[in-house]
Amino acid sequence: MSTETEHDLFGDVDLKWEHAKNRLFLWVIFAASMFGVAMLALLLLDIGTDFYVGLTEFNISLTDFLTRDGSRREELSGFRGAIVASIMLMILTAVLAFFVGVGSAIYLEEYAPDNRVTRLIEANLANLAGVPSIVYGLLALAAVVNGIGTGPVLMAGAIALGLLVMSIIIVSSQEALRAVPDSVRNGSYATGATKWQTIRGVVLPAAIPGIMTGTILALARAIGETAPLLMVGAIFVNRMPSGPFDRFSGMPTQIYAWAAEPSPHFIHLAAIGIVVLLTFLFVMNGLAMYIRHRYETEI
Amino acid sequence: MSTETNPTRGITGDGAAQADRVANRRVRRILFGCAAITVLTTLAIFFVLIDNAVSYFYGLRFTEALLGASLEKSVTLTEFFTGTRWAPDHATPGHGILPIVFGTLSITVGAAFVSIPIGTATAIYLSEYASEGVRSKLKPTLEILAGIPTIVYGYFAIAFINPVVLSPIAETLFGIHLGRYSMLSGMLVVGIMTIPMVSSISEDAMSSVPDELRNGAYALGATKYDVSTRIVLPASISGVLASYILAVSRALGETMAVTLAAGFNAQITANPFDEIMTMTAYMVSMARGTSAVGTIEYQSLFAVGLVLFVMTLVMNLLNDRLKRRFQEEYR
Repeated sequence: MSTETEHDLFGDVDLKWEHAKNRLFLWVIFAASMFGVAMLALLLLDIGTDFYVGLTEFNISLTDFLTRDGSRREELSGFRGAIVASIMLMILTAVLAFFVGVGSAIYLEEYAPDNRVTRLIEANLANLAGVPSIVYGLLALAAVVNGIGTGPVLMAGAIALGLLVMSIIIVSSQEALRAVPDSVRNGSYATGATKWQTIRGVVLPAAIPGIMTGTILALARAIGETAPLLMVGAIFVNRMPSGPFDRFSGMPTQIYAWAAEPSPHFIHLAAIGIVVLLTFLFVMNGLAMYIRHRYETEI
Repeated sequence: MSTETNPTRGITGDGAAQADRVANRRVRRILFGCAAITVLTTLAIFFVLIDNAVSYFYGLRFTEALLGASLEKSVTLTEFFTGTRWAPDHATPGHGILPIVFGTLSITVGAAFVSIPIGTATAIYLSEYASEGVRSKLKPTLEILAGIPTIVYGYFAIAFINPVVLSPIAETLFGIHLGRYSMLSGMLVVGIMTIPMVSSISEDAMSSVPDELRNGAYALGATKYDVSTRIVLPASISGVLASYILAVSRALGETMAVTLAAGFNAQITANPFDEIMTMTAYMVSMARGTSAVGTIEYQSLFAVGLVLFVMTLVMNLLNDRLKRRFQEEYR
């Protein structure tokens, strides 16, 4: 390493130290990168262990858990009402947010002129995405639960979640629309089609897989949201909701109610509930990825 | 609209083109209505928060005050912003928001001490050092952390971090008996959940630094360490800062994880093993109770919500500005 010329050239540089510093730095940032992975592993391991202990030591039967509603008595408590409520919430949220979200995205990408109103809408969208989820709950509490006077019903929760995921659906739909090349649009215009005919006949069919992927991911976010549901009063309800205008408690709020109990039996019920919730998320993410890969190649 | 005078009638002969154009305009209006809903949502949030917060301070809603009802102070702004006791639902109520603002800020700062160094280091590793094979596995793995619902992190704190990790440390090293909740577990768990935000957005910023800058430094004999810390990091700094702001904004509004980790005791304390209450935890505690409409507890929800909303709004605007600056630099 220390030939004469190199020595002259780097006379004032301690090369060994420079290299050591570089190696040390690599180890530090590698360790930092692994910290996140380790925490994920620890979290999943902890939930997995509690799930197993709940099934074995606390004798919680998975069938009973999935077919019974919640109960004040820990040994009788189940998750069915919460699962049904969450599925209903997800469907209502999808209906509320999908059309408005995709409609807004089409307007912003295809129609909107580059003026002040458009820039206001775009800037507002960025802000909405950063509003804490609990604030959407407050909005639904004041405007729907007490404003319209529905009371703490499932529809109020769905409205809060719908507004929450609307901005996510808009942004992902915008990306999907942007990915459709302009040549496709121009081809359609050349045949004499209007803008709307072009969008409906050509642009949307090409963008729909991307839009669906984004929507499913947004719904996966919605199904795990707890705070907005708590704000509209979705807690301490054990039975299954009979419809959109019935009181309810979803999966995450039921998990919260159990986790906040001091009894270890309830804590383990919460762990099993989390496994069910994560299974839902896993399936939804898998579906989104499947759609992405299935249609990616065809465009 | 009469089709008689329209020239397109001559072309198609049946007015179909005219009908198509009318449909196009109608669709455009409907779609604009959709986009307007997003703006209305923001306005509605502002209105609801201010309307109810006003009633917290003046005993009647803003809308009622406009109609000419007389004002009667219930909570003064001075008490709200300088009082050090927060217990609106207590028999002798305290209306000083400082303890729960302290709770929120201490969790946010503590979380930033976890997520910023680890997230930035991860971003540098992913952007500058990691091979394509490692990157393609590490990145999605970290994104799983971002996709896990916050209630699950709350469970992780109350069932693992606090009793299994922190409790023995507090007991053996400091002789403190740890309760179910602690400020430290809140900081840790919110820090962990915001790591992927810092790492993925910072990495995007670092990756978009042009290679010419790196190669220029290598040509001068710089090591990878020099290039990472003195070229890439400064060149992407506005994007990296934007990721920090986003993580901070997320930590401010974080609800379920801090509620289950840090607890419900509104106090200003320097001891990280103490139970504290954040603004969001207060809102959850009110939702668990039976605060009826029109009571001061109910109105206090919106006063606290308004303070929280303004804090996150400032962060979001800052984030937006930094992001825009970064996009201007490398486009």
